[in-house]
Amino acid sequence: MEKNKQLRVFAEEIRVETLHELAHLGFGHVGGAMSIVELLAVLYGGEMKINPADPQWEDRDRLVVSKGHAGPAVYATLALKGYFPKEMLLTLNQGGTNLPSHCDRTKTPGIDMTTGSLGQGMSTAIGVALGNKLKKSDAYTYLILGDGECNEGQVWEGAMFAPHFKLDHLIAFVDYNKQQLDGACDDVMYMGDMVDKWTAFGWNTVKINGHDIDAIVKAIADAKAQSGKPTMIILDTVKGNGCELAENTFPCHHINFKPEQIAPSIEKAEAALEAARKA
Amino acid sequence: MYKVKSTFEKETVEMRKAYTETLMELAETNDKICLLDADLVGSSGVKPFFKAYPERSFDCGIQESNMIGVAAGMSSVGFVPFVHSFGPFASRRVADQIFLSCAYAKLNVKILGSDPGVTAAYNGGTHMPFEDMGILNSIPGMTLIEPTDTVQLRSIIKTIANEYGVHYMRMGRKLACGVFEEGSEFEIGKAAVLREGTDVCLVGSGIMVEVCLKAAEELAKEGISATVLNTFTWKPMDEEALVKYSKQCGAFVTAENHNVVGGLGSIVASALAKNAPAPVEMVGIYDTFGEVGTEAFLRERFDLTPAAVVAAAKRAIARK
Repeated sequence: MEKNKQLRVFAEEIRVETLHELAHLGFGHVGGAMSIVELLAVLYGGEMKINPADPQWEDRDRLVVSKGHAGPAVYATLALKGYFPKEMLLTLNQGGTNLPSHCDRTKTPGIDMTTGSLGQGMSTAIGVALGNKLKKSDAYTYLILGDGECNEGQVWEGAMFAPHFKLDHLIAFVDYNKQQLDGACDDVMYMGDMVDKWTAFGWNTVKINGHDIDAIVKAIADAKAQSGKPTMIILDTVKGNGCELAENTFPCHHINFKPEQIAPSIEKAEAALEAARKA
Repeated sequence: MYKVKSTFEKETVEMRKAYTETLMELAETNDKICLLDADLVGSSGVKPFFKAYPERSFDCGIQESNMIGVAAGMSSVGFVPFVHSFGPFASRRVADQIFLSCAYAKLNVKILGSDPGVTAAYNGGTHMPFEDMGILNSIPGMTLIEPTDTVQLRSIIKTIANEYGVHYMRMGRKLACGVFEEGSEFEIGKAAVLREGTDVCLVGSGIMVEVCLKAAEELAKEGISATVLNTFTWKPMDEEALVKYSKQCGAFVTAENHNVVGGLGSIVASALAKNAPAPVEMVGIYDTFGEVGTEAFLRERFDLTPAAVVAAAKRAIARK
């Protein structure tokens, strides 16, 4: 049983809101949004030093979602935290919206960095962490990479850079959901053992169940307890987790669906939320 | 305000030295200015800055893409990063990072691409950017600059350090031809008038300014009166000045150490076509790659010479 019951409730709320947001549209990056829900719940449910009433607060912790296509899950989280009204979620991807498919720091209150061209968030997150270190700020910088994203060379440039400059207030995650757009990661571009790779590059690396809230909380606490190195937390996840339709679709990076196709998945997610509230 | 020298000679201070000195002067009072280089600290002349401000100096290794992103991230927490690599690696190699992490994200990064065009000389075609400005010109909101001498360079650096946005500057590292009097100041987007004439307007920046000035002298000997306009800002282009000289001269020659496709010629011709059409002849690189050799050889090889500008001026005047 998970100890952090409130965070579980928050995670299920994020999942349900994200599904409503995407269902309204009829398509989207469902798989990679669902797989980071628990992480977002931990980060925004208390881990990150933030102030939703002042999204530009200079000393805040920051999150760079380098897998920018997971924007809809982040937007649902931000709406639940009060950065903007929940009704805004239904404007996702519509002309004139402040919620574009990929994260945009200039449009969405609470989004700290613009992403969408994979690999680039690695470097901008490092820049934020380096800048904060220079300012002698104790703020943490969090970074979420996709596993497919790790095909990008820029990721590995950053992988060398962050330990070289001893960025110990950079805590990164790879959403290791084992799928990318064209199929299974190992089939598209075999990347070997991610723990070995990041360890070899000089990161304090752990691999945990990315849907286990207690494990995420502990891994972040452990990361904060060490110094001199950045931390990489490999989140072993299921792409589409908690959305039956996505879980049963392969690959599920981006899917199209009719309202009646997604409805049973939303009902199940809502039931999971109710169960979490009662637990 | 700027003042043009009466005679034009090679300067005694290298451009890279003026660049470093100016940044060090700014860094004294602005603790947000920092410097990033991609394993070219020894080439770019910034060692004194690295020594004076080690905590604000970062050798990023041979990682241009990462370096641009790191600079963007640093600017998001208030820093003013100046980033350097050789021109091709500070532009075409990192076009997507400049586009998304810097410009699209509306961040504040200053990018120096050194050794533009033929000034790459012995490094050859691989290192000879005839395309840097053209590539970056299509990114919305960018400011593109090519300074002429150390006086203009110092003024521009002081301006862009305090002007929010993404600036790309292409600059030779070595000795330039001195054109402006000490203390001259420049406004981004406002061309400098080096010489007033009525028959043709010669437009150039960087090493081509000296070429235009020499060409104007030659033309004067033949009774042709030439304006020389120094468009050190390619974007935003000073369209007002172009309109003025379209009316005053009625014909133009653009002179650039860059591909005429997407370069200064294209930018000037486009602005004129829209506002005040006049014949434009272009001296520059005609859609070809660079080569290895001395700068003097390459200037001849690619017709970046006063004689080429004189010939182009006559063609432009004949088309009026």
